[in-house]
Amino acid sequence: MKALVLRRAVNVAVTVACGAMVVFAVAPLGSLLWLVVSKGVAGLSLSFFTALPTPVGEPGGGVGNAILGTAMLVGLACLVGLPLGIGAGVFLAERGDGPFGRAVRFTAEVFSGVPSIVIGIVAYGIVVVAMRRFSMIAGALALALLMVPTLARSTEELVRLVPGTLREASLALGVPAWKTSLRVVLRTAAGGILTAVLLAIARAAGETAPLLFTSLNNQYWNVRPDQPTASLTVQIFNYAISPYEDWHQKAWSAALVLLLLVGSLNLLARLALRRSAAGGRA
Amino acid sequence: MPPPADIAAQARAPAATPIPTRATAGGHAGDRVFALTLVALGGAVLLVVGVVVLELYRVAQPALAKGGLRFLIDRDWDPVAGSFGALPFVYGTVVTSAVAIVLAVPISVGMALFLSEMGPPKLRPVVSFLIETLAAIPSVVYGLWGLFVVVPLLRDHVQPALAKTLGFLPLFRGPTIGLGYLAAGVLLAIMILPTVASVTTEVLKTVPPSLREGALALGATRWEAIRMAILPYARPGILGAALLGLGRALGETMAVTMVIGNAPEISASLFAPGYSLPAVIANEFAEATGALHLGALAGLGLVLFGLALVLNSTARLLVRLVARGPRAVA
Repeated sequence: MKALVLRRAVNVAVTVACGAMVVFAVAPLGSLLWLVVSKGVAGLSLSFFTALPTPVGEPGGGVGNAILGTAMLVGLACLVGLPLGIGAGVFLAERGDGPFGRAVRFTAEVFSGVPSIVIGIVAYGIVVVAMRRFSMIAGALALALLMVPTLARSTEELVRLVPGTLREASLALGVPAWKTSLRVVLRTAAGGILTAVLLAIARAAGETAPLLFTSLNNQYWNVRPDQPTASLTVQIFNYAISPYEDWHQKAWSAALVLLLLVGSLNLLARLALRRSAAGGRA
Repeated sequence: MPPPADIAAQARAPAATPIPTRATAGGHAGDRVFALTLVALGGAVLLVVGVVVLELYRVAQPALAKGGLRFLIDRDWDPVAGSFGALPFVYGTVVTSAVAIVLAVPISVGMALFLSEMGPPKLRPVVSFLIETLAAIPSVVYGLWGLFVVVPLLRDHVQPALAKTLGFLPLFRGPTIGLGYLAAGVLLAIMILPTVASVTTEVLKTVPPSLREGALALGATRWEAIRMAILPYARPGILGAALLGLGRALGETMAVTMVIGNAPEISASLFAPGYSLPAVIANEFAEATGALHLGALAGLGLVLFGLALVLNSTARLLVRLVARGPRAVA
């Protein structure tokens, strides 16, 4: 039997060590945010949001076409990804307790861990090979495929938060089950579903790997879905790995723009969730 | 990538929602239509996965036809000469993921224990917010930060110090250039930390309080209660959390591509530049020289896909095992 003093000392030592782990884990976040903001702000101006990229050494220039490209890629992806993802999520929450539902849930969970670059290869095989060129639509397909499984799972979680008593009250009043699902359960869960959608959009906007060989890149404005398109993330990658100092500066500024975009989407998602949670409880 | 909270959420039992019985569901034509629509949407998920597998296989076909997966153990990668040996990439992926796990698991478990068992409860929402923020940062931004912060830090401070103290090991020898396995591993560790930490926290939440209370009532200190009662119970779940982290580390592309050095070589030293499976796909796919080159790269994608499936399903089963509740602890 060890002395009590020694045992207490070990307890304190372990507690301090575990507390240090928290600091270790959070320190990189502080460093990253600080550098992106402090280095990125220097290159920001109105023209950075609106201008085309300039060749190396030429002052000015921006990432306007990349911002538009990211917006269009994500928008196109939403056209396919949102209905499928939300629909599958509603299925899991409403009818997903049988063996078929369990199979779909497990598949969605496991599929959400598949590396995004692999999904890029799939979009390449389906679209780029058929069209014989890189295109916005190929990138959007990759993003849509990536959206579906996580969106389905998060939609399910949030629809399941709706109190069962609401459904029972509606059914007891003689409302058909399908109408109860659509008009009572899903309407109550709307805030939660909005949260899931915003998070899915934020994640899609931050993807790089599946775009490298689907939507590729473009030095000019492009709104045509069948043409290669610039995106904020691929532009950051190209600037960062270049050997030029002024492109590095642009990489930091573009990263700041991306973080602001992703950050505000996450913030909106939180607000939507808080509002819906408050509504559900009232 | 999935937010950690999403993965972790399934550690909890799903809330029971009353499902209409067959009698009510069959009563209206609208119900049948609604049910069929939902089932079709659910089936679409299975269809999507099926399409993904078939399409990967189709693109990889030219390379697979030439000798199956044997190219995974060939060392020579020279697309111009038509030789596609992927061993350097497999090696790089294994080494960087191992470094990431070795660094991230102790930090994550320590952090989860501090937050759920030791530290002040007020700290919990603050730290969990920070960890969620860490998980939401796009990987290309991690890569940018890694390239201009982690790489110089390793080159100028960490690697010389490691070479001086542990230089007798072949792991820590050679020129300190910063870019390489170590940089990629460190960056991966930071990136998988939110996943491992939040799943571990969820697992710790499912440990029955009676175990902790019993140990404390018998006179154990906090740490003794953790070591003798809580950790043994939570161990499969923590292993699951580590496997989920490993699954993320294997497939992470952008950050690794930017700091690993992109040299298709095999080196014993962690300081040396290397290459990884996702990195070679990212760098070469758009400019692949022909169907065979594309096929070889897609074959590597197929391998990544398979690894991700195996790791994720194992991890989820382990986490579920702990969450399922009271059971005999071996």
